[in-house]
Amino acid sequence: MSVLEVKDLHVSVETEQGTKHILKGVNLSIKQGEIHAVMGPNGSGKSTLAYSIAGHPKYHVESGSVTLDGVEVLTMSVDARARAGIFLAMQYPVEIPGVRMADFLRTAKTVLDGEAPPLRPWLKEVSEAMKGLRMEKAFSERNVNEGFSGGEKKRHEILQLELLKPKFAILDETDSGLDVDALKIVSEGVNRAHAANDLGVLLITHYTRILRYIKPDFVHVFVDGRVAEEGGPELAERLENEGYDRFLDPASVA
Amino acid sequence: MSLLTPEQHGAKAHSDGGWDSNEGRVVPVQTRSGRFTSVNRDDFPEVTGLELEWKLTPVALVRTLIDGTLDGAPYEYTAADAAGATIGWVDRSDARVGRAGVPEERASANAWGAFQKALAITVTAEEHVDVIVSRSGLGAEPRAAHTIITAKPNSSATIILQSSGQATLSENVEIVVEDGASLTVVSVQEWADDALHLASHFATVGQNAKLKHVVVSLSGTVVRINPSVHLDGEGADGDLYGLYFADAGQHFEQRVYLHHVARNTKGRVNYKGALQGKGAHTVWVGDVLIGRDAAGTDSYEQNRNLVLSEGARADSIPNLEIETGEILGAGHASATGRFDDEQLFYLQARGISEEEARRLVVIGFLSEIVQRIGNTELETRLHKAIEKELERTAP
Ligand SMILES: Nc1ncnc2c1ncn2[C@@H]1O[C@H](COP(=O)(O)OP(=O)(O)O)[C@@H](O)[C@H]1O
Ligand SMILES: [Mg+2]
Repeated sequence: MSVLEVKDLHVSVETEQGTKHILKGVNLSIKQGEIHAVMGPNGSGKSTLAYSIAGHPKYHVESGSVTLDGVEVLTMSVDARARAGIFLAMQYPVEIPGVRMADFLRTAKTVLDGEAPPLRPWLKEVSEAMKGLRMEKAFSERNVNEGFSGGEKKRHEILQLELLKPKFAILDETDSGLDVDALKIVSEGVNRAHAANDLGVLLITHYTRILRYIKPDFVHVFVDGRVAEEGGPELAERLENEGYDRFLDPASVA
Repeated sequence: MSLLTPEQHGAKAHSDGGWDSNEGRVVPVQTRSGRFTSVNRDDFPEVTGLELEWKLTPVALVRTLIDGTLDGAPYEYTAADAAGATIGWVDRSDARVGRAGVPEERASANAWGAFQKALAITVTAEEHVDVIVSRSGLGAEPRAAHTIITAKPNSSATIILQSSGQATLSENVEIVVEDGASLTVVSVQEWADDALHLASHFATVGQNAKLKHVVVSLSGTVVRINPSVHLDGEGADGDLYGLYFADAGQHFEQRVYLHHVARNTKGRVNYKGALQGKGAHTVWVGDVLIGRDAAGTDSYEQNRNLVLSEGARADSIPNLEIETGEILGAGHASATGRFDDEQLFYLQARGISEEEARRLVVIGFLSEIVQRIGNTELETRLHKAIEKELERTAP
């Protein structure tokens, strides 16, 4: 069974005001098939954690490690991490003009599998996955994320999750900006991927709302660049009632 | 769009618009419509290379096209027969010559004086027809050419002018889109590496007529195509698109002039270029003039350049002149930049290698224009041609 382990991860980013330390010693261990919710207030470093695991060049790892089955991930290129089985559903998926979604999906599938998927079964799989996410067929003819609404972009991320079949998925605020119907549809997609591929999930969210549809095995409260408290699903209920105030340094609460 | 960050060229983007200090004193430049025009070469002063319209061009390389004797004899072309379109040589005295415009610079006038016969393409089809006119045998001797494209009222056609092989050519292309017609003209330059090509395209678009004009320049040493489009009829539409890919040592230039003459006209100018290799140089000038009588105008122009390596230079100069207050909207954008890291990251995060991600982003960037041509065969061919360009110049 695969394990994704984050150990004492420290990450900074260069800003105009100088180096900013964001992650201050993160520890997490996710086994395949487990669902971990990471919950924290805005600005606590959740996206930084997601990007750092995926290898975004803006984020500088000061120390610590991220391993997949004992193999260091932090020294791998971004694409090698994806090929090793790590998937990041982005909070703000970027538009790529002129690249058709259908071509993009097939290109990604081909590099991940090491060979092109047989055309007919692939097209069928794509069209079924799109149906499951209530995406119209015409989307595959459109350019990647171009002119997509916020909700459509999120569905497209989950479509990729279902089609590309990673071992571990980091979902960065996939729930934000979705109305209830869209939230349900997207959650069902995540649950399908989880069930079908024994997916390990790192579900990053600000709100407890999505946890009604995706049931976490573990909840981590993320504050000021580190995990402040951990527990089971009951921890999410406490957050629902009490908010994050209890975890915040009184000095930093304006 | 997030792909490009405005850069150095954006900052000086307007320096050509209002004032010109060539002669050591500041004189206001006349409005774009007030430029001197003539069909006689010698009515224009000698070109020094300091003039507004020549200062970014490697004048020494094209001197013979500006001043020299040009062979204006008909050349060989191929065109498949199409119902509703005719093509053939006509005399200089033909009434259609000069309907769409008059030269604004010396090389254009030089060609005007030299051509013996004009190639006339006339569309009457109301059922959309595609016409591909190819020429590849112009040879290296300096030449002049003249083409007249006429779309009769309510006709609909796509005319593809496909150029390859050797050429040292100065030419004029006149385009008349009569009332209610819908015409697409695509000029594709895939010349031999040493080709020199200066062209002026003049277009007049009638009432409720539509012109889509596309310039695609992929190879040649100097290729300079200057389209001047006048939206003369009420409700006329002009979509002026262009894409270019300049390699080391290549100079591709396009000076676009879109003139909103009549009321309720709509104009869209969108040129995109990629540059790779030492000395690759591109120039885009976009002059939009919204005339006194052009109330209800809706106009937008943009140029974006993707610089793929050191030592390449993209000049991008939008100018917008507005002579009436009652417009719907007018705007412009110009940006020159390198790859967007976020786009590369997104693709790489899906397992796609950095090299392949770059390839996809460049092809996608230029495809935005290709996708608008509306001729599947040409679109497919251009995609392949762009891929070849990328392979050819990969570092
Ligand atoms: N590229 C960046 N440049 C400057 N500051 C950044 C950058 N990325 C994140 N930060 C800062 O780091 C902190 C954590 O950001 P982020 O990881 O996006 O938090 P979250 O996702 O929890 O809202 C914030 O204060 C944010 O402004
Ligand atoms: Mg975030």
